[in-house]
Amino acid sequence: MNLLLLIIIPLVTAVAVLLLRNKQQVRWISFAGSVAQLVLAFTLFFAFRNERTPGNTAQMLFEQNYALFPSLHISFHFGVDGISVAMIMLTAFVVVAGVLVSWNIEKMTKEFYFLLILLGLGAYGFFISLDLFILFFFLEIAVIPKYLLIGIWGSGKKEYSANKLALMLMGGSALVLVGILGLYFSAGHSFDLLNLSKLAIPIEKQRIIFPLLFVGFGVFAALFPFHTWVPDGHSSAPTAGSMFLAGISMKLGGYGCLRVAAYLMPDAAKEYSTIIIVLASIAILYGAFATMMQKDLKYINAYSSISHCGFVLLGIGMLTKTAITGAVMQMVSHGLMTALFFAVIGMIYDRTHTRQVSEMGGLMKVIPFISTAFFIVGLCSLGLPGFSGFVAEVTVFIGSWEKTNIFYRIATIAACMSIVVTSVYILRAIGQTAMGPIRENFSQLKDATWNEKLAAVILIIGIVAIGVAPFWLNDLLRPGAEIIMNKLIGK
Amino acid sequence: MQPGLYHILFISAALFFIGVYGFLTRRNLITMLMSIELILNSVNLNFIAFNKYLWPGKMDGLFFTVFIIAIAAAEAAVAIAIIINLYRSHNSIDVENAEELKY
Amino acid sequence: MPDATIIALIPLLPLAGFVLLGLFGRKYFKNSSGIIGTVLILISTILALYTAYTYFTTANVGFYPRLVPVNYTWLRFSENLSIDMGILQDSISMMMIVVVTFISLMVHIYSLGYMKGEERFSTFFSFLSLFTFSMLGLVISSNLFQIYIFWELVGVSSFLLIGYHYKKPSAVAACKKAFIVTRFADLGFLIGILILSFSSGTLDFNTLIATLTSPESGQLKTAAASTFLGASALTWGAALVFIGGAGKSAMFPLHIWLPDAMEGPTPVSALIHAATMVVAGVFLVARLFPVFSITTPGVLEIVGWVGAISAILAAIMACTQTDIKRVLAYSTMSQIGFMMFALGVSKYGGEGGLGYTASMFHLFTHAMFKALLFLAAGAVIHYVHSNEMKDMGGLRKYLPITHITFLIACLAIAGVPPFAGFFSKEEILLAASQNNTIIYWIALITSGLTAFYMFRLYFSIFWNKPAPSPLERAGSEVHHHEGGFAITLPLVLLGIGTAAAGFIPFGKFVSSDGRALESHLHLQFSIAPVALGLLGIFTAMWLYKKQNERPEKLAASLNGLYTSAYNKFYIDEIYLFIAKKIVFNLIGRPAAWFDKNIVDGLVNLTGNSTTAISEKIKKVQSGKVQQYAIYFLAGVIGLAILFIYIWK
Repeated sequence: MNLLLLIIIPLVTAVAVLLLRNKQQVRWISFAGSVAQLVLAFTLFFAFRNERTPGNTAQMLFEQNYALFPSLHISFHFGVDGISVAMIMLTAFVVVAGVLVSWNIEKMTKEFYFLLILLGLGAYGFFISLDLFILFFFLEIAVIPKYLLIGIWGSGKKEYSANKLALMLMGGSALVLVGILGLYFSAGHSFDLLNLSKLAIPIEKQRIIFPLLFVGFGVFAALFPFHTWVPDGHSSAPTAGSMFLAGISMKLGGYGCLRVAAYLMPDAAKEYSTIIIVLASIAILYGAFATMMQKDLKYINAYSSISHCGFVLLGIGMLTKTAITGAVMQMVSHGLMTALFFAVIGMIYDRTHTRQVSEMGGLMKVIPFISTAFFIVGLCSLGLPGFSGFVAEVTVFIGSWEKTNIFYRIATIAACMSIVVTSVYILRAIGQTAMGPIRENFSQLKDATWNEKLAAVILIIGIVAIGVAPFWLNDLLRPGAEIIMNKLIGK
Repeated sequence: MQPGLYHILFISAALFFIGVYGFLTRRNLITMLMSIELILNSVNLNFIAFNKYLWPGKMDGLFFTVFIIAIAAAEAAVAIAIIINLYRSHNSIDVENAEELKY
Repeated sequence: MPDATIIALIPLLPLAGFVLLGLFGRKYFKNSSGIIGTVLILISTILALYTAYTYFTTANVGFYPRLVPVNYTWLRFSENLSIDMGILQDSISMMMIVVVTFISLMVHIYSLGYMKGEERFSTFFSFLSLFTFSMLGLVISSNLFQIYIFWELVGVSSFLLIGYHYKKPSAVAACKKAFIVTRFADLGFLIGILILSFSSGTLDFNTLIATLTSPESGQLKTAAASTFLGASALTWGAALVFIGGAGKSAMFPLHIWLPDAMEGPTPVSALIHAATMVVAGVFLVARLFPVFSITTPGVLEIVGWVGAISAILAAIMACTQTDIKRVLAYSTMSQIGFMMFALGVSKYGGEGGLGYTASMFHLFTHAMFKALLFLAAGAVIHYVHSNEMKDMGGLRKYLPITHITFLIACLAIAGVPPFAGFFSKEEILLAASQNNTIIYWIALITSGLTAFYMFRLYFSIFWNKPAPSPLERAGSEVHHHEGGFAITLPLVLLGIGTAAAGFIPFGKFVSSDGRALESHLHLQFSIAPVALGLLGIFTAMWLYKKQNERPEKLAASLNGLYTSAYNKFYIDEIYLFIAKKIVFNLIGRPAAWFDKNIVDGLVNLTGNSTTAISEKIKKVQSGKVQQYAIYFLAGVIGLAILFIYIWK
């Protein structure tokens, strides 16, 4: 399995899209490319299992290393472990769905698809990179197209949102860059992740570098109080933009926090875990309460994303094997779920031309497919068993509970409380949109088209597959989490 | 009296500051261009003088002078082209009138 | 022992029904979906009966072991801690699968007639199947977390079914309320699970109970030693788990969702909100009974008191309600209160375990007669197209079968021998009198009240004022019959069950420790409750058999009590106040405000101040070439001075 394919295929698709003239061709080529990525992701998954099952316990599989700039020790170093494979699969799912729901974009179609695929490319590159410099490079690729996506194809106060999002994320990545350089200079002039993990970084250095990296990636993962780009960015972005933003970009942050910050600097992670947990618990509860007050569907989901991403950071902050597994599960689960949520909101908006909850009602009657998808994603979001959200949250809870200290217990209980608040706002949203008396002006709406149905079904399959049979994801993630844990406890 | 290095340097410095003064005070672009030529020539003088008095056996200073003369010629050509275009669009070659590139 | 596949099929068949009807019902099985669902449940019922029969007959004489024929690791956390999907066979799970499948089958058949012509016919049956699957999964859970998973699933099926008439705002409000209130209770359950699982190091029921009840086990000692706010960790865990059970079983003060849940179609009320789901809380306490009883007797006492208070409060409220389904809802709550306090006054093992047996017995009989009451009420509602008592009266002529079966059920719930309710209630009262006198008295009064409000209902529906003659109703195109065979068959079957279930020697099969318990009928003891019951019945007869002024006068004389009971003791209002004023206005709104103004404000402030500063300093960029040259020159000179004189 050649990991470079994950970069080459999107690249080829992107270039091909640029060369085409016909909009229909652009759509189909993008779709074909995204399906190829999905197939590739599944191939990778099975190849990975085939390697692991017989007992290949190497930390990273399918490694490739090409020196890029030897004098600065920069190299194209790729490799995956279970966590990366899970994230790659998530990306592939979201990319396919994103391409499908953007079918009706008429304005600058070619550029739109080009940017979408570029975003996907950045994410794949980020997840397979084992060289911090290259990782940073791909992180930037995944940021800049978003500025254009929101600025050009957005709605509402799109310029403001695009600026805010790009500036905050750039600020985050600036911190990341400083942190990476700090690592480079404090530990033997190396950008290589595996190399760095073997070196002992002095604790004084860790104390400075860890916050830089964690906050830097944390901005991506909606770390409180650096989350305010989330509501504005999501609400202005086009549907596929929101899906990518919440489904993929926010996961770059979580992955970075785990793989770069916590993994390379375990001692500092332990020292700062209290602060991380406090911030994460605040994000979980406060995001949930703030969601309760929102009236715009996109804002509802954006704020709930803050709350849900809090679980990722909580899991990372708890630093137990189960909690870390849960954090990654939550990333995958939330990525799929929130992508579906935004897709559904986009479909509703395309039909009703409003996102205000109070202006809708009884949509179940006129657009049953979309409403059912809305029900499913809502139930997933409030953590119903059988869907992915439950599995992830429960894993985080159980992992957090392993910490016996009263402080951790209280944080866990606070996080648990969010399940009630979540159900309040989700049911309010569902009750006012899908249920209730039907509005006169919405009685003639058309239900989902084939592409929308396909997009929703793909994401629902992902959600249900994790929710009904979580063991495969668990088996995939645990070894990765174990390696990180072993480093943490100093084995 | 044989002129020494200091004399030449003195002239060169004077020439340089005359050039600078002209560049800063004149509003006419042609005059400013001429001032720049003065500055360049003062540099040329320096090169030649240092070459002659300090390393008489070497030719580097002379080469540089030739280079600078060539560059000055090229620069004059470009600058005059710009000035002509400016005149066409602004009907003036007063530098005060060409300040669209502010802020 | 039957093959594990057979047991696994019992819940899996309804699941298959759900998937099939949910995905394809609307398109391909528009009319046949009811039949498909019913047939699947029928097979399940037969399998369940067979399984239960073999379990109870092949066990060693007088002892029913806990068996785990299937256990599949679903999500592993560590060596010992994992969520499993398994089947636990013991006497209560075997009893429950029979109850659930049987009642579900009755409700399925009934719905074939009752829901005919509904627009979302197939959806209804798919939801029913989902519920049946979840409930079966719940009762056969072998793992504490498995029970939580199915617990949530029954919650959501209840939500979907209450909101079945999704266009009706009141139904939407009711389904949201039901879900959120039980969800709130589930929070307690979840934390309780975390505590118990951490204390015992496992989630598996058998191991968990064994660890937490044997005094030698190290985990128990550690858990008992760690205290929080004066109670041991285990006490907290058990209490929190009980909160979950109380929420699902509509115990005071988490009962507010149950009456509103009556917005759902009547068959749903019969299945979910009377016979099966609402007793899940009782089942949960029974499932963990050894832990409650041996390790945390304090919590068990709370269980008893909560049950007793709920029983009497609900009975009082039931006396004043005018919506017949709400009366039944409060009566359900009251009867579940009986089951709860029966557990609360019970001990583990031997004669002391009478309460446990009685509770399970009552659960069993209650499922029969309460489902019957609801289904009969559904037939009445179907006939008069109203839920209000004032629109009914004199219906005995038009609905003969309904009338007789309803009467049987009323007699059963009032505790009149020889109907089912008599036996189970007798045992409960006996157990209460042996252990807790106050609870016994509360229970006695409640059973009197029960007889009163049930017969108030009975007389108001079937006697009281004469029914409007068919002629008057002719204009409204109402069917003047009881509904088809599909509606009457379940009524008759359940009626037979109600009449006969009491004679089952229940103690032989179900007891707290798995050993058969001989229970005797104490004739002298039952005089008081039966007399009270009869008194209630006659009072109701005196007040409601004929249309008269007495009820109003009575209500007027009990003014304060009557209004507050009619308004459900204002508990709803208190909750509304907490939810609206405190959660929304004091937490939600400030959080949203804080986010918008403070956090986002800081971000915008950073942006704006950068803009402001650059606005100030941008004047330097004047566009005047010579000014730039001066800056340049000054810079060069400055640097020159710096390098020559200062940094030599």
